[in-house]
Formats: sequence, structure tokens, C-alpha cells
Amino acid sequence: MKNRWLPALTLTPSLVLVGACVYGFIAFTIYLSFTTSTLMPQFELAEEIPYHRLFRLSTFALSAKNLGVFSVLYIGLSLLLGMVMAILIDQKIRGETAFRSIFLYPMALSFIVTGTAWKWILDPSIGFERTVHLMGFPDFVFDWIKDGDMAIYCVVIAAVWQTSGFVMALFLAGLRGVDTEVMNAARVDGAKGWNMYWRIVIPQLGPSFISSFVILAHMAIKSYDLVIALTGGGPGRATWLPSVFVYQYTFTRNEMALGAASAVLMLIAVSIVVIPYVRSELRQKAQS
Amino acid sequence: MNRSSTDLLQRVLLYVVLGFLALVFLLPIYVMVVNSFKPLEEIRGGNLISLPLSATIEPWLQAWSKAQIGVQPIGLRPYFMNSFLMVIPAVLFSTLIGSLNGYVLTQFKMRGATLMFGALLFSVFIPFQIVLIPMAKLLGMLGLAGTVKGLILVHTVYGIGFGTLFFRNFYTAFPHELVKSARMDGAGFFVLYWRLLLPNSLPIIVVNVIWQFTNIWNDFLFGASFSDFSSYPLTVALNNLVSSSTGVKEYNVHFAGAFIAALPTLAVYVVSGKYFVRGLMAGSVKG
Amino acid sequence: MKRTIVAGLVSIALASPVLAQESVEVLHWWTSGGEAAALGVLKKDLEGQGVKWNDMPVAGGGGEAAMTALRARVTAGNPPTSVQMLGFDIQDWAKQGALGDLNALATKENWDKTVPLALQQFSKYQGKWVAAPVNIHSTNWVWANKAVLEKAGVTTMPTDFDGFLAALEKVQKAGFVGLAHGGQAWQEATVFDGVVLATGGVDFYRKAFINKDKAALGSDTMKKSFDRMAALRKYVDKDFSNRDWNLASAMVIEGKAGFQIMGDWAKGEFLNAKKVPGKDFLCFRVPGTQGMVSFNADQFGMFKVGAGAQAAQTKLASAIMNPSFQSAFNVVKGSVPARTDVSDKAFDDCGKKGMKDLAEANSKGTLVGSMAHGHAVPASVKNGFYDVITQHFNGKLDSAAAVKAMVAAAE
Repeated sequence: MKNRWLPALTLTPSLVLVGACVYGFIAFTIYLSFTTSTLMPQFELAEEIPYHRLFRLSTFALSAKNLGVFSVLYIGLSLLLGMVMAILIDQKIRGETAFRSIFLYPMALSFIVTGTAWKWILDPSIGFERTVHLMGFPDFVFDWIKDGDMAIYCVVIAAVWQTSGFVMALFLAGLRGVDTEVMNAARVDGAKGWNMYWRIVIPQLGPSFISSFVILAHMAIKSYDLVIALTGGGPGRATWLPSVFVYQYTFTRNEMALGAASAVLMLIAVSIVVIPYVRSELRQKAQS
Repeated sequence: MNRSSTDLLQRVLLYVVLGFLALVFLLPIYVMVVNSFKPLEEIRGGNLISLPLSATIEPWLQAWSKAQIGVQPIGLRPYFMNSFLMVIPAVLFSTLIGSLNGYVLTQFKMRGATLMFGALLFSVFIPFQIVLIPMAKLLGMLGLAGTVKGLILVHTVYGIGFGTLFFRNFYTAFPHELVKSARMDGAGFFVLYWRLLLPNSLPIIVVNVIWQFTNIWNDFLFGASFSDFSSYPLTVALNNLVSSSTGVKEYNVHFAGAFIAALPTLAVYVVSGKYFVRGLMAGSVKG
Repeated sequence: MKRTIVAGLVSIALASPVLAQESVEVLHWWTSGGEAAALGVLKKDLEGQGVKWNDMPVAGGGGEAAMTALRARVTAGNPPTSVQMLGFDIQDWAKQGALGDLNALATKENWDKTVPLALQQFSKYQGKWVAAPVNIHSTNWVWANKAVLEKAGVTTMPTDFDGFLAALEKVQKAGFVGLAHGGQAWQEATVFDGVVLATGGVDFYRKAFINKDKAALGSDTMKKSFDRMAALRKYVDKDFSNRDWNLASAMVIEGKAGFQIMGDWAKGEFLNAKKVPGKDFLCFRVPGTQGMVSFNADQFGMFKVGAGAQAAQTKLASAIMNPSFQSAFNVVKGSVPARTDVSDKAFDDCGKKGMKDLAEANSKGTLVGSMAHGHAVPASVKNGFYDVITQHFNGKLDSAAAVKAMVAAAE
């Protein structure tokens, strides 16, 4: 008898807390995005919906475009690199623990530390470019971080460095979990090396892909600290991502309504991408 | 070429590629550490990757206890305690809540379980900036503003999503037979959880602890906004060290400070690396 | 006898809450070097009066992070006693009803007479003093390396902007970087302050930046200012993007560059490097702006706190306005005192010049709030202007488009 309500009861605190502190706050933000809020929340509705103004701002369009470029590259490269590293480490190599730790440790660092360290390395006058000059190649140029068109790729580099180790760990776990029976059968049939990976193993890594995707998407949203530490949003406004936009308008520019509107749009964009993935994963699991 | 030398070539190539990647991955921390032992003039004049000519541990001493964090030159040391006081309870609560949620969602037939799980999972995507003002109001109403307890609450709430994800995926793959036979032996709700599932969850507990510890330890926004002068965590102190608007930028001290602040999380990763992969293996990624 | 002693002890025990220590919690972003040390002077001063200083530093972005934290604190209902604030932020918070009333103290110490009117506009809200100003910085300064200038053949200081461009050309030709600059929006805006003042004078500056007059913002004078920014762009080195301002100062200090246009907080860098004004480096107003001062001031806004904390808060405000503190603090910070009745004895030559220029501008009405530093337009418009200025400087907009964008940003 007790069993009936005990599970639900156990779940209730989480549902209440998350319901209030996540969905409640989201609802609050949606409301704010129609108000005249500036420095602090105001509950009076605005005559001109902030969304109209939002779409007129060039920095918003720029942030959205940057998010597109950044997400595709960041998620794509992290998945690719993570997968490659996992496969390499899975080859029964010596010093696996050491290699694994080396690839994994960047995740332990905060975005601020990552951004600061990479800012140094990518700076032409004190970092990579200068080092190559000192090594005897004075014409070498690598000033992406100072170039309005290329700076966003620097953010990608730093972000991929930070999380591809974690993705590697997810894939490694997935690889090790692949049914050895299937692999043996394939080997008997003559598959070996890359062929085996491509045809047999990788298709079974679906769940790893999804878990990685959730984690990477989560990171892409939290990218504010990384961008600010690495480029300050610059050159000019060239590396603004929506997380920077939301912060700037909500806090720095005292335009909370506009910031709220941009946050809502950011959430919608994330939902569109993430929800289908997650739903398919949940359905898969429910079936098994 | 015969079989074994192709294999040998492949092995060599494998190690070369791994070695190259390892160097790239180590580069930033190498830069940080190497430059933290150089005196300031050497950093300004010199080269990022060269070893120190006149190594000194002064930047480390500065960062630890002498650097200007605010009005006083007290270094980072006093703020470690605030961070630990905040992180450890939050991680414990998050693990407890996450495991209970995962248990309930997988071992009991509940209507709408998938939907509830989806709702909890989606909560990880909330941008922290929109949380700031409403949460401040809430903490104020609860009388927790500016306290470590308030920070613990905040971090616990926003850790529920990932905690539930990790444990739920782990328990989905938990052997049904064990659960069934325990139930047949009369194990009730809490006994099943406490005596069977939880003790066998070490790998996923490690995953959750690592993830939560890292995220909470490295958080800046909540730490700066929901604390006061007596409770602000290490990240705020580190930010004060590194981001001051004026004055000579002592990069060596900054790097030493950043490394010191990262030591606990690095230690957690390195020490539990093996269990981490095991934990990820054990069900969180299987179909 | 015993009873009397016990009674005595009991009454002391009951009285001790009254002796509980007064304290102030101060939120600020002065976390390094000279400023932190100068603030330390204030701390010691207060401790001497029995008030404990609870430090809440949040560095970063010239106060950005601190202001974000402040929002949360006020929303939660536990604001700090006092917060370092600039310009419009003070007015914004006062409008929210979050600041307290310092009039009793202000009247007693005669602040109305000693603080320049242009500054009072930010320190007072609806006739009530709500903040105690610590200093007055000004933004239209040029800092130059004397040796570099001599090597480049620049013997007389330029007196107008075109002369300045010519001097930059000479320095560049001699193999140095003409203008040391850090590519961050606020730095470009700081330069723009000086350029607009030089191009249009104080009245134009007021119309455009304080009154947000569309005609002024869209005028040819504004376009000329942008053209001049583009001209300056030619004298900047290729790695200027996202460079911190103090690294740009370092370029001048080390003799790599000739000039830097920066506010007078840059002086601290030169002094820290043991350089002597007049001998190693020169300080003068942006050519064409002598006689005008675009200012920004750090102030400590006093928040509404309970009756128990007010005595301590008043002591803090009084200590901030104390002439000897104003002198000691500003000598280190590079700015000038917020009171006009402080002696300039302890200041170096550039500081003395700054104080003289301020007094002159105050009396002639040529003292204007800096647009770049939040003393002309509120944050939303200021940042809108930043967007235009920095995108123009980075070549994404031409001068005509920039002018149109300025008009749009002012809405």
C-alpha cells in the first residue's frame, strides 16, 4: 500500500524545486520580456513589445549567427575529436591512464581559467605567433584572435579543448560497452581495423552521442565566461554569443526586458534542437 | 610489407598521434605553470613557453596569502573554506536527491515518469542570468540571502537535473533479477534503495560527484551575487585577483592563483579518473 | 557587597549590546595596487573611529560584475551599506528608492559649496544627497613619452587636433607606434570623448551627448569626429584588439609608442614605473580641448540601511569627504579631489594641472560629464554608442553609417 504514494512523494521535492526555480523563473522571464523593465523588474506591460526592438538590433543578429557557427563547429569538432581519441585509447595502449587524464583534465578548469590561458596562447604578440617568430620564422602570422572575422574560431578552439576529453570519456565507456559477441562475430566474418569501427561499433554508440550532445549543448549556453575571458566579446562585437547578449542587456545596459526577450528566444532555440534528440533517447530507453 | 611491420607502423603512428594530442592538451596548463614561476620582467620580455631563467616561488606565495584581493592583502587562502563549506554539502544533497530520483523513476511504474524525467532533464538548459533576480528574491524571502546555506540551496536545486540524469540512466541498466529477488525477500522502499541500489552505485556516484563538484566549485555568478562579505567563495576571490581594472597586472601571480584555485577539481578528476570511465560505462550510455 | 557587584555585572551585561561594534559593508571593485591601498587608508581611518570595515570586492569590467551582484543583493533585501558607483547608476538606484539620505551630514559639512555642480547632478537625487564622491577623473588627456617625441622630431606640443595628427605621423615615421591603444569599446569611446570635444567644443558635446539632440548626433560635426577617429586608426599597431588599457600605457612607458589618449588613471601606471612627469612623460589635454574637462567620478552610494547601521554609514560618508583623505587618495589614484577646497600641495605636476583645469572648467561652465564613462547618457544609450564607435573603429561602419547609427542608438 505504502508503495503507491512513496515513489511519487520522493520525487515531489525535486519537482517542486525545479518547477519553481526553473519553470517558474522561465515563466517570470517570459512575462518580463513584455514589460518596461530596465534596471530592475517592472510589471507594467510595454507599449512596444521588446521583441520588435530586439529584431532591429544588429548585435542580436550577430549573436544568433555566431551561435550557429559556434555550436555547429563546437559540437561537431568535440564529437569528432572525442570519438577519435576514444578509439585511439581503446587500442590497448600502454599508459592509458595517463593519456586519459591528460585529455580529461581540461574539464576540471573553469571557463575563466581556460579563457585566460588561451587568450595568452592565441595572442600574436606574446603567444603562438611570437614563439614561432622566435624559432626563426619571422613571417608567420596567426592573429585570428585579433581579426573580427576569425575570432569566433578562437572561441571554438578553446571550447573544444575544454570538453572534448569529456566526450572522449563518454565514447570510451560506450565503446567498452559494445557487445563483445557482436564484435567477435564481425571479426570472424573478416572485418578488421577501421572497417569494423565504421560498420559495427560506431552505429551502436547512439546513446553516447546523445549524452555528449546534451552536455555540449549545455556548455554552449553557459559560454559567457569563456567568451569574456578570451576575447571580451571583441574585436568590437565580433564574438558575441547569445549568452553575452543576454548578460549585456539584462545587467550592463539596464534593459532587463530586452535581455529577458533574448533569453526566451535562446531557450526556444535550444528546445528546438535538444528536445527531439532527448525524446528519441527517452523512447529508446523506455522500450528496452 | 609483411603483416607484423604494418602492425608495428600502425602502433607507432598511434602513439605519435596520441603524443601530439597530449602535447596540445597539456599546452595551456604548461603555459600557466611555467609562467607562474617566472619573475614579472621575464614574462614581459620573454617567450611564453620557455622555461624560467630565474625561477621563483614568490608568485605562489603571493597568490596564496599576500595578494590584494580587496582592501587587504590576504591572498586566496581564506576563501578556500567558504568554497568547501558550500560545495561539499551541495554535492552530498545533489547525490542523494539524484539517486533517489533515479531509483524512483526506474524501479517503479509511475504514470508520467518519462515526462517528469524530461522536465527534470530540461532544467539543465536554463541560462543562469535569468535565474539571478528571481532567486535573489526567493533567498531574501527565505532569510538565506548572503549566507553559505543559501548558496548550498541554489547549487543543489540546479544540480538536480544532471544528478537525476546520471542515476536514472545507471539504474535503468541495473539487473532486474537482483531487484526482483530482493523484493520477493520482502525488501521495502527504503531498504531496496539503501541496501541494494545505492551501495552498488559507486561508479555513477563518482561521475555525479565529479560533475557537480566541478560545476559548483567553478561557479562565479551565483557566488558573487548571493553571498556577502563573509561568505563569498574562492572563484570571486580569484576573479578579484585576476580581473582588477587597474594596476600592474602580475601575470605570474594570476597564473599561480588560477592553478591553486583549480587544484581541488584537478585532484578530484585525476584521483577518480578510472572510476569515472567505469561509471560512464555502467549503463549511462547503453541502450 | 556581593549583590552590588552582581548588579553591576548584570547592568554591564545588559548594556553591552549598545557597545556592539559598528560596521559597514562596502561593495567595490578596487582590488589592486594603489587604489586598494588608498581604500585601505579609509578602512584604517574608520577602524580608528570604531567602525569595522567589511570588504566585499567584486572585480571586473570596470564595475560590471559588481553592479550585477548589487542587483541581486538589493532584490534579496540585504544591500551593502555602501557601494562604489558611477554616474547614472547612482540616479537609477535612487529612482528605485534604494538609496538613503545624507542631507544632514551634507549640510553640516557644507558639501553644496565645495563639490562642483556638474558632479552634484549625480550625487544628489531630488535635492537629497545620496552619494559621497571620492574623486574626479577626467578623460580628455594625452600621455606622451618625452624621449620618443624628441627622437621623432616633435619639439612643440600640438595645440590643435590637426597638429596632433601631424605629430602622430612624425612618430610613426620614426619607427615607433604613433598611438598606443587597446581595442576595447570603452577605450575607443574614451578617445571619442576627446575627439568630439576637440571637433565641436563643449556646446556641441552637451547637445549631442547630454541632451541626445538628434540634429547634433546626425550633424557634419559628428561625421568629422568619426573621420578623425578613422585617421587615428592609422596610427594604431596591428595587435591593438582587446588589449588592456594598462598594457597600452606600458607601450608608452617603455618607449615603444609615442602617445596614448586615456583618462588620468593612466598616470598611476607611469608613477608606478617610477617615471617623472615633465622629465620622462608629458601630460596634456587632447589638442583642441584645453580649457574643457570631460569628467567621471567614483562615488560611494549610501544604501537604505536600518537605523542601527546609519551611524556607521554617516561616519563612512564623512570620512570619504574629509579633505585629508581626498588628498591622500587622489594623489595615488591619479584623479583630483571631488572637493574644490583641497590643497594641491601633495600632488605631482600633472595632478596640479588637473586640479587647475578642473577649477577653471568649473567656473567657466566647461565641465561636462564623460559620455564614455557613464556621466552623460544612461547605460543603455552609452552602450548603444559604444557599439557604434567600436564597430566604426574596427572598420565595420563608415563615418556616414556611423552617424546614422548614433542617432538610432540615442532612442
